[in-house]
Amino acid sequence: MFRTSRKAGSRKAGRRSPLASVSLIALGLMLSGGAYALVSSSTAVADTASTATQATVEEGEKLFQANCATCHGLDLQGSDAGPTLIGAGEASVDFQVGTGRMPLQANGAQAPEKPVQFTEEQISALAQYVGSVAPGPAIPEDQYLDAEGDASRGAELFRVNCAMCHNVAGAGGALTEGKYAPALTGVTPTHIYEAMVTGPQNMPVFNDANLTPEDKRDIITALKFQENAVSVGGHPLGSLGPVAEGLFLWIAGMGIIVALTVWITARSN
Amino acid sequence: MSTTTEDRPAPVAEKRSGGVTAAASNYLDERTSISAVVKEFGRKVFPDHWSFLLGEVALYSFVVILLSGTFLTFFFQASMVEVEYDGSYVPLKGVEMSAAMASSLDISFDIRGGLLMRQIHHWAALLFVAAIGLHMMRIFFTGAFRKPREINWVIGFVLFILAMAEGFTGYSLPDDLLSGNGLRIIDGMVKGIPLVGTWISFLLFGGEFPGTAIVGRLYTLHILLLPALVLLFIALHLVFVVVHKHTQFGGPGKTQQNVVGYPVMPVYAAKAGGFFFIVFGVIAFLASFFTINPIWNYGPYDPSPVSAGTQPDWYIGFADGALRLIPPHLEFVLLDRTWSFNIIIPLAALGLFIVLALIYPFIEAWITGDKREHHILDRPRNAATRTAIGAAGLTFYAGLWAAASSDIIATHFMVTMEGVIHTLQAVVIVGPFIAYFLTKRICLALQKKDREIVLHGYESGRIIRLPGGEYIEKHEPIDEYQRWKLVSYHDYKPLMIRPNSRGKISVGQKARASLSRWFFEDRIAPPSRGEIEASHGDH
Repeated sequence: MFRTSRKAGSRKAGRRSPLASVSLIALGLMLSGGAYALVSSSTAVADTASTATQATVEEGEKLFQANCATCHGLDLQGSDAGPTLIGAGEASVDFQVGTGRMPLQANGAQAPEKPVQFTEEQISALAQYVGSVAPGPAIPEDQYLDAEGDASRGAELFRVNCAMCHNVAGAGGALTEGKYAPALTGVTPTHIYEAMVTGPQNMPVFNDANLTPEDKRDIITALKFQENAVSVGGHPLGSLGPVAEGLFLWIAGMGIIVALTVWITARSN
Repeated sequence: MSTTTEDRPAPVAEKRSGGVTAAASNYLDERTSISAVVKEFGRKVFPDHWSFLLGEVALYSFVVILLSGTFLTFFFQASMVEVEYDGSYVPLKGVEMSAAMASSLDISFDIRGGLLMRQIHHWAALLFVAAIGLHMMRIFFTGAFRKPREINWVIGFVLFILAMAEGFTGYSLPDDLLSGNGLRIIDGMVKGIPLVGTWISFLLFGGEFPGTAIVGRLYTLHILLLPALVLLFIALHLVFVVVHKHTQFGGPGKTQQNVVGYPVMPVYAAKAGGFFFIVFGVIAFLASFFTINPIWNYGPYDPSPVSAGTQPDWYIGFADGALRLIPPHLEFVLLDRTWSFNIIIPLAALGLFIVLALIYPFIEAWITGDKREHHILDRPRNAATRTAIGAAGLTFYAGLWAAASSDIIATHFMVTMEGVIHTLQAVVIVGPFIAYFLTKRICLALQKKDREIVLHGYESGRIIRLPGGEYIEKHEPIDEYQRWKLVSYHDYKPLMIRPNSRGKISVGQKARASLSRWFFEDRIAPPSRGEIEASHGDH
């Protein structure tokens, strides 16, 4: 009730289910696996020459021209309305389109997460088309997405590198002029990794020299641990810290107390 | 009361007929003369109104804090020695942290009932300060601080400040990221004080922030000095409640000389005793089902990371909010010193606000020139200017308070951070004036309504057609008990300017008289007996 986040309560409840982590990881694996099946199993950037991929790239080009070219230009050169995508890479497309941020619904401080507009195949085709024009950050390899790294190291890296915007509990935070760092609960490992390598919206890029793939794996591990851990203290009140606690105390705690004082002093008749 | 007579010492020679109870009480009384105390306190009368229990809520929360806090001291180590965490919480395993943080984690994960106790302690602390706040509002808006209770208001206010100090020192003890960030803000505020700031900061932290001393020092304050002071002031506060007797709302049979209500023994003692367990139960309920301060999420303190959404507990929020609202670029170097007016101004403003609230009873007494004793409470509407001043003060406080959550307001209501800050700046500066005028007008309108009801009765809803074809609504006079409630308040008039013994009118006198005029302007006089009697034939 007090968690007035943008996400609907039903989604939140869904994530609490014990099967959520399993299905989440399965989804992530399927997502990345599906993309890989279309490319090659070893590297993501290369191998755009095979015929099956060539067809996908052409499919992606059509989709791009229909849905993205208005702002990003027919040759990915960009325009006044959108940046160039030359060198943006598959990871960037997969993140932006895969989380529904693109295509942009309206101009604003920041592209919000919204329902995804394309199927997995279409997203993959788009990503491959953008990747075929100029190389960029590739879709991450499965070995870094298994969320089975070192959680305590990951949590420490998260506190040092990410918490100032995303909050230590990954609950998100405000930036200037209406921009914000979104909450990280319910984000797939693939998208977390892609966000780190591509720096979407207002996020800085954490390249492999800055945080090694192993570091990124640890961060994902810590986030997934926190997300899937049972809240030992009871309802987490949105993990928003003292503001949520204070609000809850005044409304629920004080509400109950005042109601009880009224009851105690009510006349017996 | 029959209870007190039973407790009287029976003559020794008399045949004992009361059984074990009488014998036991007699035994006790012959050795302690306790019957005098029971007679005095057992017959004390407390009036019944829900708002009179808010102070008790604060007292009971404090008892809960003492009990749960004692448990926590058994396991908490107030030391900043670096240790490697080796407890049950996996994501922190092997992480270097202070012994304070490690022992707080052990309390949370490895000591049976520890987390529940921690959460009880913390929720009770939040409730303690909140109950004090509501209790103070009740006292303020009903004028319960007037003579002879001005000193008790000051004592209570000191308790409020002590409670905040208790809260803040406790918040800083676990040495997690959140508490470290909070301490860093305090350190910054202290360092912003001109000339002495840096010295005070080094004294407090035993060198450069964060040092290795602060947790131990705060711990001593938190469990020794501050609780002792709180207990002392609570004792003083209660002694004065007994000395002054409880206030009551006006009503039939209630005068300045009596107190109408239940005696302590047995009714009130039973109610109050039961109420302690109710408050304890509510706190335990909150602590069982709702997380508070999950330090394992925050991790150990390290000066480099600062988390988004770092806020103090609610009662320090107004100070944090003041820092967030102050415009930037107020810092300059003069005489080889940095003058941080972005810190000095909030500190001065908050200090002034606290001092004004602390001495408000004396200010009001000086303005009104009212030297009478008051045991009957004002209805807030009947002291329109005071109520309006209170509303203005609350608006100021609430604006600062809300500002402490400016980032969360921005993300959760999808507005810009700058928009929130500028709006709250306006609320803090213009809001009190708007609140003052609105509240005053509302109070006066309510007074007019009361006067109307007393003089012309209430609208009965019965429409009558007169023989001439005219329709009127029948107004019924209200009954005497209700009328008493509406008319039994004192009317005040502004002070007259009077020359002093040397025949001169001093500047102070003039100021006082104009303040007094302002305080009482637009007042609505309560209906007089003559008016009430004259009005009866009307409808």
